[in-house]
Amino acid sequence: MNKSDAFLETFRALLLAALLLSSPLSLAGEGQPAPVPASVLEARVSELAHKLRCLVCENQSIAESNAPLAADLRERVREQFQAGKSEQEVIAWLSGRYGDYVLYDPPFKPITLLLWAGPALLLILGASGLLMCLRRRQHEQLAQAPLSEADRARARALLQTPEPE
Amino acid sequence: MKIRHLVPLLLFLALAVLLAFGLSHERSALPSPLIDRPLPDFRLAGVEAGKDKGGGGGEFVPAQMRGEVWLLNVWASWCVSCRAEHSVLIGLGRQLPVVGLNYKEVRGDGNLDARGLTPEMELSLARQRASAWLAAHGGSPFRATALDLDGRVGIDLGVYGVPESFLIDRAGRVRYKHTGPLTAQAVQQELLPRIEALQHEQK
Repeated sequence: MNKSDAFLETFRALLLAALLLSSPLSLAGEGQPAPVPASVLEARVSELAHKLRCLVCENQSIAESNAPLAADLRERVREQFQAGKSEQEVIAWLSGRYGDYVLYDPPFKPITLLLWAGPALLLILGASGLLMCLRRRQHEQLAQAPLSEADRARARALLQTPEPE
Repeated sequence: MKIRHLVPLLLFLALAVLLAFGLSHERSALPSPLIDRPLPDFRLAGVEAGKDKGGGGGEFVPAQMRGEVWLLNVWASWCVSCRAEHSVLIGLGRQLPVVGLNYKEVRGDGNLDARGLTPEMELSLARQRASAWLAAHGGSPFRATALDLDGRVGIDLGVYGVPESFLIDRAGRVRYKHTGPLTAQAVQQELLPRIEALQHEQK
């Protein structure tokens, strides 16, 4: 996530909080779900839609995609929120139809183990490889003993001797 | 030359092979969470108003297929690859009942602006387009054709691209899903063995 995205997220969260606090939602009594103000609803739809993968275009979220299916799914998410469903319920509803593939934040379970543990595994492998490499290099440097005075004299003599014709 | 000088070249070759595989390998279809679960229930208008067998008033409900092994084929007249599978479906229709689920016949057509249409106009336009297309492409392979005008049933079925086909058992459970156009080979290798097994299954 880049900086402006992070800023946008924070701004969106603040806006949502402000709207929630000022909305009559907090005064809603029991019984029928209170009508959700349009702006709050849109913020919730947009927030969730950013976490859902578009099935037609794959590398876009359904919030970003212009595919007709993405528009239909946004509309269905909006309806479910209007009916008073929680975000978890909407996510369960969607993954019951399209599978975990639609979730950009897939749940941790045996089949996604490699997905979640993979980066850590790669980091451990890389770090231990690097460590081994550095150790060996250090070892080799220590093994190279400094030249003795006799060796130096010999080298000097060899370098100064003119090449035989 | 020392062997370690070849390491970058080997790494490059390994990466190239991996990427070439990724590019040429066809992505397998998404697994459907509906497999072995009951087909979601729906009630939809049929293509032929009031003429569908057993489905009062031309409507289709999956319950009317109870006791049979059947295929639900999601299609639309604007879907290009549906044309390719049409003759295969006609052949398959002799092996088991095939029901068509027409997906967003009017709204799904990118060349058409459906915003100004009333629901009645949309329904009659969809009926007209769907039956004209079937007549023009060698007849209907379907025992019934249900019209999913707004694509809601499609979403309930996890449809993400037409055509898709669902094989349904006698008890109304989805047992297999084929994504993309049915080919003669796919029918021979994937569908027929399963159809036969399901037809021998007791309810």
